[in-house]
Amino acid sequence: MVGPTASALRADGNRGACRQRSLQCLRVAVREASVRNRRNPYPVDPDLDAHVPRQRRELSGAPWAVLGVVAAGGALGALARYGAGLAVPRVAGGEVQATLAVNVSGCLLIGALMVVVTEARAGGRLLRPFLGTGVAGGYTTFSAHVGQFRELLQSGAAAPALAYLAGTLFLALAAVWLGVAVTRRVLRVRIAGEREVRQ
Amino acid sequence: MTVVLVMLGAAVGAPLRYLTDRFVQLRHDSVFPWGTHAVNATACLLLGFTVPLALPEWAAALLGTGLLGSLSTYSTFGYETFRLAETRWRFLAFANAAASVGASLGALVLGAALARALAG
Repeated sequence: MVGPTASALRADGNRGACRQRSLQCLRVAVREASVRNRRNPYPVDPDLDAHVPRQRRELSGAPWAVLGVVAAGGALGALARYGAGLAVPRVAGGEVQATLAVNVSGCLLIGALMVVVTEARAGGRLLRPFLGTGVAGGYTTFSAHVGQFRELLQSGAAAPALAYLAGTLFLALAAVWLGVAVTRRVLRVRIAGEREVRQ
Repeated sequence: MTVVLVMLGAAVGAPLRYLTDRFVQLRHDSVFPWGTHAVNATACLLLGFTVPLALPEWAAALLGTGLLGSLSTYSTFGYETFRLAETRWRFLAFANAAASVGASLGALVLGAALARALAG
């Protein structure tokens, strides 16, 4: 049995101490994660991750195609968000419900899409800029979410405001997880099926 | 008409997010999503600035719903937070969520205060 490496122990030590001195620790944690990511890059940022050489270069190849599909996707995503705002009943809190639904469903989409793009390596060069950066990014919104949180706070509804903030965060992360997990499962089943046919 | 303005604003906001994110990322090597922080905080600062100005409905659709709505993103933030947590960096995931909410809220309040100060 090979035990943990010295550098891994050091990293874990740093992270343990970090909980006490959080700002310094954040710097150490960011540096360590960045070094690891340079050796074995995986996209963290679905809009564009400069650690992935192909994404870093994508704008120099065909800048207008990439920016064009991001703009078109963004317009379509915003249209869907606007539509969701019109679809909810015109009552107090309707806008909040619409934004919550939009942000959570957009997170489901990005989770599924990123498995297709980064793990299955399916789809063309423009799929991620169009669907991820454009549609999902234009559909979901952080500014309206924070704006509504502040409006709720100012109207004196502190408990609903905090519930909205924490609820969106929890449901959005659960939606990303669900999108990733289901897509991984579906694709793995498909890949396994193809292998069986070949044998 | 309003629909066209929303889409027009978003067609500018989304590429602006892509370019800003790229600009920030190419200037330093970090796994922490500073690019997304930059767009979300900027969008909230500008949204805060527009609120006390009481914009007419067409301008609110173009700028607030379209441009700033698409400049900011929750899906990118959600995926990044999930990815940091999934790859063992739970502390960074937690820091990312707290910092995003904190910075965006701060930017919104600052924007509103600036607009009020300028309006006199």
